[in-house]
Amino acid sequence: MLSVKNLKVTYGSIAAISDVSFEVPEGKIVCLIGANGAGKTTTLRAVSGLVAPSAGTVTFKGADITGAPAHKLVGLGMSHVPEGRRIFPILTVKENLELAAWTIKDKTEVKRRLEEVYEMFPRIKDRIGQLGGTLSGGEQQMLAVGRAMVTGGDILLLDEPSMGLAPVLVDEIFDKIIAINKKGTTVLLVEQNASEALEISDFAYVLEVGYSTISGPAKEIAADARVREAYLGV
Amino acid sequence: MESIFSPQQIVNGLQLGAIYALIALGYTMVYGIVRLINFAHGDFFMVGAYAAFGSFFMFNVFLPRGNGLAFIVLILAMAAGGAIAVLTDHFAYKPLRYKPKLSSLVTAIGVSMLLEYAFSAIPMIGPSPRGFPEILPKKMYHFGSAEVSNYVIVDLAVAAVLMIGLTFLIQRTSLGKAMRAVSQDKDAARLMGINVDRIISLTFLIGGAFAGAAGLLAGLTYPRIQPYMGILPGLKAFIAAVLGGIGSIPGAVLGAFIMGIAETCATAYNSLLGEGIAFVILIVVLLLRPSGIFGEKTADKI
Repeated sequence: MLSVKNLKVTYGSIAAISDVSFEVPEGKIVCLIGANGAGKTTTLRAVSGLVAPSAGTVTFKGADITGAPAHKLVGLGMSHVPEGRRIFPILTVKENLELAAWTIKDKTEVKRRLEEVYEMFPRIKDRIGQLGGTLSGGEQQMLAVGRAMVTGGDILLLDEPSMGLAPVLVDEIFDKIIAINKKGTTVLLVEQNASEALEISDFAYVLEVGYSTISGPAKEIAADARVREAYLGV
Repeated sequence: MESIFSPQQIVNGLQLGAIYALIALGYTMVYGIVRLINFAHGDFFMVGAYAAFGSFFMFNVFLPRGNGLAFIVLILAMAAGGAIAVLTDHFAYKPLRYKPKLSSLVTAIGVSMLLEYAFSAIPMIGPSPRGFPEILPKKMYHFGSAEVSNYVIVDLAVAAVLMIGLTFLIQRTSLGKAMRAVSQDKDAARLMGINVDRIISLTFLIGGAFAGAAGLLAGLTYPRIQPYMGILPGLKAFIAAVLGGIGSIPGAVLGAFIMGIAETCATAYNSLLGEGIAFVILIVVLLLRPSGIFGEKTADKI
């Protein structure tokens, strides 16, 4: 589904990531774990087209999409829930969701997808007329995932969905991610909360200061002594 | 004191305010979407006035003066204002979009001078003022002690129609929703599939077209145009936008009408004061309420 090879991104003269490679097979959940500043967010931003990489290639559904602008990739089936959720604060919840349908011209299809979001997140439905900025952190995260469901990509990129959430909500969000994956959406997950992420993932890659280092099936990674010591705190 | 705030002055103030409002909207929309004070905006107004001037003489050859001709001239003035705004954004501001803000600000001042000197240098335009033709036959009406010309009605009607149209576009259409989204968070808008550059161009187009319409109305109302005519109205409309709260659309309109009325009333008292009142207002606003009347609503949550 998605293949990233030797990706490099620089901001000015500073390399945010130097050499990152990974594969996301169709229908799977893949996670990138690593410490703060390892380059996880930058990697996702380069994949979804928010920043242009300075070297390397990104292949999506067999096509080279390296450096393609984000708004075009949405149409090709890429959904990205960015770090910090990035809800439009002075648009209503409904307007936030409707905007996510920007590339979809079929009105009934839009309606169907909105219903799907309401079904998965009943709490969002209750808040429909409220301004996005007035939602709680957990609700904003649900809305952000809901928006991505409306854009309806074949792959869902999630950047730190658990950040700043109470443990109960973290579990709820991860359950929803599994549910979305079960419906056929491939998931690429970036997390600092490594233990939770490894639990739901099929494959995992470890990012260290701009390089992808250890990789393998999530279960093996979770058992790897180096990973356990550095990221799982055991 | 009565003569200063007479109904006549209020009518004149509303008329001037309508023109300021059309210019101020462009300032505030562009600021709202790219956080740039576009100091060339007053010159888009000048371009609109000359486009109206030129298109009037072109079309007057085979069309009589009247509403039909005035409408064509309005459309062409708006097209010219919109076109120059989009071109300015594309060639001058877009390359600097993600550079420090000061670069675009200095560039805006440069574009402003470029347009003023270029228009002075074009042989058919030249640096000296020109009389603006009476595109519509002038009629006078009397309401109590105030004299109202049909130009007042035209100015207010054009401004009202454009402003209502803009409000509808921004509040009720999906394009307007996208414009609001882009002004709040560009990256998030990109991830919704919105072509942010195109929305920014559209914003410049609308702002420029409104300034172009204001150029025609100003030519009609104060029938003397010259290449530097955009400087002062541009500055005053900018102050109106600051007064209303830059980034706020109703704020720009309210600020413009306050400015228009303040200016005509002050001019009635003393013509020098009339020229300076805008800057007095600016200083007072910056001292007492720098965010303006409506400020910018924020609902950020961390």
